[in-house]
Amino acid sequence: MNPMNFVILAAILFSIGASAVLLRRNAIVAFMGVELMLNAANLALVAFSRLHGQLEGQVMAFFVMVVAAAEVVVGLALIIAVFRARTNISLDEPAELRG
Amino acid sequence: MTFTTPQIDWVPLTPILIVLGAAALGILLEAFIKAPQTRRLVQVGVALFALTSAGAVAVAHWVTLEGAGTIVMRDMVTVDRQSIAWQILIVLFAILAALLYADRTKAGEGAFTPLGAAAPGSAEETLARRKGLELTEVFPLLLFATGGMMLFTAVTDYVFLFVALELLSLPLYIMVSLARRRRLLSHEAALKYFLLGAFSSALYLFGAALIYGATAQTSMVGVGTLIPLIGGNDPILMVGVVMVLAGLFFKLGAAPFHSWVPDVYQGAPTPVVAFMAAATKAAAAAALLRIIYTSVHTLGWELNILIWTVAIASMVVGTVVALAQTDIKRMFAYSWIAHAGFILVAVAGFSDEALSALPFYVLTYGLASVGAFAVMTQVREREADGTVAAEAPRLGQWTGLGSRSPFLAGAMALFLMSLAGIPLTAGFVGKFVAFGAALSVGAWPLALIGVIASAVAAFFYVRLIVLMFFTDTPDVVKDAVAIDETPLARAVIIATGVSVLVLGVFPAWALGLSDQAAVFVTGLAGS
Repeated sequence: MNPMNFVILAAILFSIGASAVLLRRNAIVAFMGVELMLNAANLALVAFSRLHGQLEGQVMAFFVMVVAAAEVVVGLALIIAVFRARTNISLDEPAELRG
Repeated sequence: MTFTTPQIDWVPLTPILIVLGAAALGILLEAFIKAPQTRRLVQVGVALFALTSAGAVAVAHWVTLEGAGTIVMRDMVTVDRQSIAWQILIVLFAILAALLYADRTKAGEGAFTPLGAAAPGSAEETLARRKGLELTEVFPLLLFATGGMMLFTAVTDYVFLFVALELLSLPLYIMVSLARRRRLLSHEAALKYFLLGAFSSALYLFGAALIYGATAQTSMVGVGTLIPLIGGNDPILMVGVVMVLAGLFFKLGAAPFHSWVPDVYQGAPTPVVAFMAAATKAAAAAALLRIIYTSVHTLGWELNILIWTVAIASMVVGTVVALAQTDIKRMFAYSWIAHAGFILVAVAGFSDEALSALPFYVLTYGLASVGAFAVMTQVREREADGTVAAEAPRLGQWTGLGSRSPFLAGAMALFLMSLAGIPLTAGFVGKFVAFGAALSVGAWPLALIGVIASAVAAFFYVRLIVLMFFTDTPDVVKDAVAIDETPLARAVIIATGVSVLVLGVFPAWALGLSDQAAVFVTGLAGS
């Protein structure tokens, strides 16, 4: 199968993730969108790696996975802290910072 | 199967290794030292010792370095004069920030919440406060962020730069959420910063993946040599470059990627804002310079359109919106956005002068803003029962500060004039060299807009000076605003104030040093 198809799939996944971040109001869903974007980038790296017949892209994908895991830890901790203070995690609701 | 082990030249990495090593040590100390006060002292000591020794090693390396620099790991990390200059700046800002982190009000109250996990206003929080708990993890976090920023200036590989980007961002997200007072604001700022920051990192990474797809390379120089062969017509390459730059513009706080800046400035603890304002800006500018000068400058005018647009948008949005602000931190946030525009003015046109102008410019900007935030920690609200509470954020609360504390008001006026770029302060020289870099390659429309934006910006800086010196203090303000006096913040104010004056009156030696910094070991322009 042509590896370019995987790149197109990655672009579609990336767009879905980006729209989730920009459009959804729930912090958890927006955060899942970010994770989808990172994984789309991983898929693109691996697909391009296959396309070029190299290993570099796949090695980089491992680094990205580790970084994404660290990001999940920080992100969920923040979301939980906000949830405990406000008992909801809507991104529209906290609106004390304006101007 | 045989592997060739990579050749790694560890010595030039020593400053980064010291900082990151001390950060790991700090995490261990958290587990072993039980008493909060002892732990706080030890952590402050470890952080300051690590930062000063890293700075000393970096300076020693600069002095003994022959030639342009060292390739630490081929195509991955290069420590050259440009990168050492930025690393010294970042360490300097981190030392000043660490002093502010360690500072406590006269009532013995630090800038950070005693227990980050406790919900604001909960019983746990009250208990933690009464027991005198201290959140000393902020010092290792500061060191991790500093180490990440130093690495950020030296990385020469697109995907590896992503790892450094996250290493500097993740500790910042946490630190933003840890304010002692106004914790809901702080949480909200952290959540917004995190979501937008993660979004921009993902944007950057996908861009890097696309560049890899178009060129089969992730090394910046490798991509740079291939771009003229592929040309600017390859859509994958162009989209990749734009996404990579968008990720960096976000860190730099340039419009239209600036929406997080005012919220984070307002919500985060003041020492954290001081650190971010100076050090993040230095790291982002360093990485932007390296990417543009070693890699994508061969795209020429296609790239220039992007830089011009973002530069003009940042200057206009920053200055115009700052005029309308009534919160002092938000005003500084919009001024930060305008300064991001000034940095891009220097970069536009890819002149070699920008490489020497920008380290000096960011030094002057960073010193003035760290000093201004140190002043902000001293002006506080007083509650009805006379206890000193959170910092006073509204401009009206600064009315008549000049008669109540001439030292603070005078220092603030000096920093404001430096930010506005008035002669005899460091900011004037910084702006002069930055706009000079744009003029030297004929980007005069940008420099002109920059000068007009500076003139408009001077209005809101001077407005605060007028409020402080030439307006009588209303009695309401006299009762509601207290002037704190803490040794560490005062020391930071004096140190930054003196440096701003010295760099403004005798800039030659510093300009000479930053001239030497204008070299990359690898790369096409500026080498």
